[in-house]
Amino acid sequence: MLNLPILRWGRPYTSLEQDAVVHFMTGETLARVSQANTGLLGRDMRLAQRARDILTGIPIPELIEIMKKAGDLYLNGALPMGDGEQTPDDFARQQSASTGLPEHMCKANMKKNHFVLSNMDKILDALTRGLDLSILTRGYGVESRGVMVSYQAQSPVLGLVLPSNSPGVHTLWLPVIPMQIGLLLKPGPQEPWTPYRMAAAFFEAGVPREAIAIYPGLGDVGAEVVRRAGRSMIFGGTATVERYKGDPRVQVHGPGFSKILLGDDVVDDWEKYLDIMADSVYLNSGRGCINCSGIWASRHTREIAEALAERLGPVDVKPPEDPQASLAAFTVPGAAQAIWRIVESKLAEPGVEHMTAPFGPRLVTAERCGWLRPTVIHCDSPERGLANNEFMYPYVSVVECPQEQMLRKIGPTLVCSAVTGDAQWRRQLIDAHHIDRLNIGAIPTIRLDWLQPHEGNIVEFLFRPRAFQAAG
Amino acid sequence: MTTALSGVDLPARVEAAKARLDAHVREIVQWHFNPETGCPFWLEFAAGLGWDPRREIHGFEDLKRFPSFQDDWLRGGPVRRWAPKGLAHLPAFVFETGGTTGVPKSRLAMEDFRIDYEMFSETLPDRYFPRGANWLMLGPSGPRRLRLAVEHLCQHRGGICFCVDLDPRWVIKLIKRGAMDQLEAYKAHVIEQAVTLLHAGHEIRCLFTTPKLLEALAEELDNRGSGIRQVGITGIFAGGTEFTPQYTRFAMEELLGEGVYMTPTYGNTLMGLACSKPVTAADGYKISYYAPQPRAAIEVVSFDDPTRVVGYGETGRVRLTTLTRETFIPGFLERDEGEREPPYETYPWDGVSGVRPFRKLAASTTVGVY
Repeated sequence: MLNLPILRWGRPYTSLEQDAVVHFMTGETLARVSQANTGLLGRDMRLAQRARDILTGIPIPELIEIMKKAGDLYLNGALPMGDGEQTPDDFARQQSASTGLPEHMCKANMKKNHFVLSNMDKILDALTRGLDLSILTRGYGVESRGVMVSYQAQSPVLGLVLPSNSPGVHTLWLPVIPMQIGLLLKPGPQEPWTPYRMAAAFFEAGVPREAIAIYPGLGDVGAEVVRRAGRSMIFGGTATVERYKGDPRVQVHGPGFSKILLGDDVVDDWEKYLDIMADSVYLNSGRGCINCSGIWASRHTREIAEALAERLGPVDVKPPEDPQASLAAFTVPGAAQAIWRIVESKLAEPGVEHMTAPFGPRLVTAERCGWLRPTVIHCDSPERGLANNEFMYPYVSVVECPQEQMLRKIGPTLVCSAVTGDAQWRRQLIDAHHIDRLNIGAIPTIRLDWLQPHEGNIVEFLFRPRAFQAAG
Repeated sequence: MTTALSGVDLPARVEAAKARLDAHVREIVQWHFNPETGCPFWLEFAAGLGWDPRREIHGFEDLKRFPSFQDDWLRGGPVRRWAPKGLAHLPAFVFETGGTTGVPKSRLAMEDFRIDYEMFSETLPDRYFPRGANWLMLGPSGPRRLRLAVEHLCQHRGGICFCVDLDPRWVIKLIKRGAMDQLEAYKAHVIEQAVTLLHAGHEIRCLFTTPKLLEALAEELDNRGSGIRQVGITGIFAGGTEFTPQYTRFAMEELLGEGVYMTPTYGNTLMGLACSKPVTAADGYKISYYAPQPRAAIEVVSFDDPTRVVGYGETGRVRLTTLTRETFIPGFLERDEGEREPPYETYPWDGVSGVRPFRKLAASTTVGVY
């Protein structure tokens, strides 16, 4: 068992209050994590500017090299972890044991993080549109085209309120340190592993300890992070999205409601797209906001739902260490049951058909956890209660809707893969403000281009372009 | 537990305290159920019991014959149904608790708040709470008992008490509404008044406040290049379930500094004030509260069976009994839980540690708001 302290800008602090991180199947305590009180965090924010000051003393190209080294250490190294040490295999086992994600998916996420760290130069170049990065350090400078530009850091640190159930999100904050902004992390209670391991890799690679703080705790600590940091990113449900909507200091990452739309020009060939539909719904256990939870078409929807159900319906629960395991467990007791109750309660509505019903019960329970097997629902109209939901497992509604109504009916959509050659509809899709990431063509919703922004460009979130003139 | 019980003549003191409590129970029951002295509520209640409390209650254990006290009984009027006839000649106060939704709970009071706080005064070390020193009451005002009680405590010790307005019901509304910017603005407004008073040359040495306000005050003073000690505060009397060992350690190590004494307390409008055993680093900043027995008694009872007291060190719900001539409240289940603590020399009766919101109510209750 590991003891993980609070990191007060790099300085370990063992709290009198500890939270146990336990194995979701055995109940074994994997770690005891020191819990911060809000006052401690508030007090430490006096040192936030120091994080930025120290980081601006290290040129960005040097920080990019440090990131590459940190990526290798994170992926391959045995790193200090609280009062112990952690190998990459330990990490995958521990992360799997507390989040319910199969081990091979945890390892795949490690590779994703490594990829981002290893390609930090290209990512920053893409996100800044080729800006000379020393301009971020200095705050102003003349671009290669001879124009004076200025970018002002909006906060010395970025606060992050991280989730417990989705280890894939950590790629979003990896570019922060190389932009010379400190990290103020509040880990999810079941997933302290990535923040602590990443911090250990960063320190080992040469990031000053004063640049990173980790404050584990409950919701009050998360709220305090958002309150105190000039810029923060928070992950949560619809309620969290609503709470911080319109606050320019906060970037909220909530449910994605990602979708595949099949245009009238291609829908008669729907079978050609079955692979991308299944992958979009099912890969990474359907847990991400970029997983598809809705497939919309004007016709053939029942056939599509039936084919998907035949493909996904038989998928069953396997132990987390099994390389073939594809379903993540819900590790919060009662969570799987509660989600299934929501789905079940809406199945009786006319026009709603549970297409995976012939493949056995969807809810699988164990002593301390539960799973939900892939669920395909057919809705004969967007008005049905199950037409537009997201449940953090492979759940999809195949919705019948005339093409001309789709953009009005789909609602906020993080990733939209629109398969169509219809030029007029493509134009409307490009102009639709409620679609964030747009894929035109047969592209799975889960395929990300790392050189493009995700739910807002983090450079623009952290740095404000402004006018700047200097005389003499 | 062995340490606490191993003191010289502790068992004898525990026995004596128990005998005193039993005698006090008999006296209080006689008072409240006597048609000449009791209040209309209890006299009517007794009429429906089918047994006579004055004949059949002989000690504290016998109070279990009463059904658990329902806090809804305290909601709504007429308020005089709680006025003991024997005290009808005294001016009466009404104090309220809660009240964010619906009718608040009311407690009628005459002298109790003064007596409770005078008893509490005896536990305060003069070195840090100097006699004659002025106080600042930085806590809830309005219909709260605390506002008058702290002022009386200060006056009892020879000082003059400065106060600010603080409406916790508005604070709870802002939290429920998610209006965090307005909440911050209100807190800043309260703290600004406190800082102004502390810098106004009034020689304020003692402070009542809550954990959140103490943090905010310390931060604001720090922003101005000052601090709690630097503005002259030496004694802090504070209350709230947010007084966890970690919070207390943080406050002592990082907010207060050398030469400032803080005493956590646990109390409410119904109970009065439970004092804390001295909190030390050596004891892991553990906070154990002891009720002002025999005027009030705390039990830690099973979650499933509120008539069964749990074992020492075990967790249960806090059950409160108030036994004064003004107020008789047998077996009131508080919205808090904690661990049962053994008697010790200063307080030879049961206490409670680790007080926190009762887990079954915590999700729906907004606590620690001011």
